Amino acid sequence: MAKITVNFERCKGCGLCATACPKKIVALQEEKRNKKGYFTAYCTDDSSCIGCAMCATMCPDCAITVEK
Amino acid sequence: MERNLMKGNEALAEAAIRAGCKCFFGYPITPQTEVAAYLAKNMPKNGGVFLQAESEIAAINMVLGAASAGVRTMTSSSSPGISLKSEGVSYIAGCDLPCVIINVQRGGPGLGGIQPSQSDYWQATKALGHGDYQLLVYAPCSVQEMVDKVTLAFDMADKYRMPAMILADGLLGQMMEPVTFPEKKTEFEPKPWATNGHGGKRDHNITNSLYLVPEELENSIKSRYERYEVIKANLTEAELYLTEDADIVVAAYGASARVAKSAVNHARAEGIKAGLFRPITLWPFPVKEINEAAKNAKAFLDVEMSMGQMIEDVKLSLNCSKPVEFFGRTGGVIPSPAEVLEQIKILAEKY
Amino acid sequence: MAVVFERPKSLADVPTHYCPGCTHGIIHRLIAEVIDEMGIEGDTIGIAPVGCAVMAYDYFNCDMIEAAHGRAPATATGVKRALPDKFVFTYQGDGDCAAIGTAETVHAATRGENITVIFVNNAIYGMTGGQMAPTSLPGQVTQTTPYGRDTKTAGFPIKMVEMLAALDGVALSQRVAVNSVPHIREAKKAIRKAFENQRDKLGFSIIEVLSSCPTNWGVSPAEALKKIDEEMIPYYPLKAYKDIRAEEAAK
Repeated sequence: MAKITVNFERCKGCGLCATACPKKIVALQEEKRNKKGYFTAYCTDDSSCIGCAMCATMCPDCAITVEK
Repeated sequence: MERNLMKGNEALAEAAIRAGCKCFFGYPITPQTEVAAYLAKNMPKNGGVFLQAESEIAAINMVLGAASAGVRTMTSSSSPGISLKSEGVSYIAGCDLPCVIINVQRGGPGLGGIQPSQSDYWQATKALGHGDYQLLVYAPCSVQEMVDKVTLAFDMADKYRMPAMILADGLLGQMMEPVTFPEKKTEFEPKPWATNGHGGKRDHNITNSLYLVPEELENSIKSRYERYEVIKANLTEAELYLTEDADIVVAAYGASARVAKSAVNHARAEGIKAGLFRPITLWPFPVKEINEAAKNAKAFLDVEMSMGQMIEDVKLSLNCSKPVEFFGRTGGVIPSPAEVLEQIKILAEKY
Repeated sequence: MAVVFERPKSLADVPTHYCPGCTHGIIHRLIAEVIDEMGIEGDTIGIAPVGCAVMAYDYFNCDMIEAAHGRAPATATGVKRALPDKFVFTYQGDGDCAAIGTAETVHAATRGENITVIFVNNAIYGMTGGQMAPTSLPGQVTQTTPYGRDTKTAGFPIKMVEMLAALDGVALSQRVAVNSVPHIREAKKAIRKAFENQRDKLGFSIIEVLSSCPTNWGVSPAEALKKIDEEMIPYYPLKAYKDIRAEEAAK
């Protein structure tokens, strides 16, 4: 069991987390923009998250918290 | 009290140690190099830091760092070197940091010369670096006064959180006179704003001069200028010599004031009622004091080792109430008492 | 479940002004992680530069000073000489560290000033909108090299860590990158070593971090990271050019 939590207002939608995820389960959502106007990152498949924290390591904005 | 026969530059340096200066950063330049040489020898013995920087620019930014860390700190240079420091001085002022800057002036512009001059008056009092700010500027005229003003400059810089300058010149720096030093200062007011590591005991401190919101920058400048008003009201200093009944008042500071004083004495001996107004603080300029000296005066003679810079403050302070004439030598030439006396006589005839 | 990754305590919990995908944020975090792990936030004074990281003083919870452009190593020297037992680091961009402040960097290094310099090289002037940096690559198009950096007229990129490795006062002179997770992990180790050198009073440590500028390079954040691999690392190899700890250990 592992999960990531993306800080919705802090995420700038740069997508670097998505490039780092070994499971390819991090993506940018296209439904809701945050106050700064960015489409933010989210986990497309919580059950596949291994809690490796590579997304968070790559995030320039410290917007991802990882639990395992 | 112990009296020591000392060179002006070395006395400045010893006074800094006595004032509790912990860190000195400088770069060699004639005619102030003895300040650095003395401190190189004596700072380590007093638990202080002497560091010869790679440039004047580096030295003043080291001063910024040490001042921000909360210790008493100083740099010393001469005219061309002070120009290089101007950027750093502006930042120090913008960060509200205290420090002492010594300028043992020589002739300019450019590389100029190495003989004594007073041509950095405007730079010191009006335009050392960019932005709205002032330095406290002291202009001693003897080796003893150099010592006294270094001591005071450290105290006032700390009190008002601003850079203070000793505007000396090559003549004062190189001459020897007997001096008495104060006891070494060991207790200082705390500096809760210092960036010295919060130790988990307070919020983090920031030393900064950047304000991207214009109103915030304006407010920070206005609060600095409120302090300047307090300084103007309290810190002006001047020597008034035989001005009470003087017809002709000579206005001069630093080395040229020494020459002017001799000329005033000669004039008195010849029956001319001459006096001397000598500002000791150049910023703030002693406006009240000059007007007191002007009470019975018919005219002023402004004497400088420059083409006439302080004369603007003399005229502004007198507010056109008296005629002001000028006599100066520049480029490193020191006016003689006879030359000044001749000018006093011309004015005595004319007015 | 337990938290395995979160914001380090010494990194202020505020949004940064950096563009999306700018790797300054990663480098800030690595420094903060090292400060947390060593437990030195209360004993650390950071010096911010002029450039994109000018407001770094708002992003770290330790005491901070904003220096004049290029003068951070001199300012750091002043702090360190006044407080020799505190940790002092500078955070500088390529213009700050390797153009206007070259003299301050080189002389702090050769004095063996016991400080840590984090030198962020993204080969461009970001804050002013994308002009040539001292580290811009040959042929690189910038606002002030619109036809590409012609080395015949604009000179060659400066290789800071190679150059500084020649100086006796330097304890560590290493280049790292933050364009992939393995590189980021290496970068953190290097930054940690640079702070440990300071703790052990070994002298001057500089970590050059190859960084991206998607905005002024005119590419997406992901493409910018690829460009670091394809264009920057071949010109600026990742390596410890001097590491006196490693040299001691090898003996």
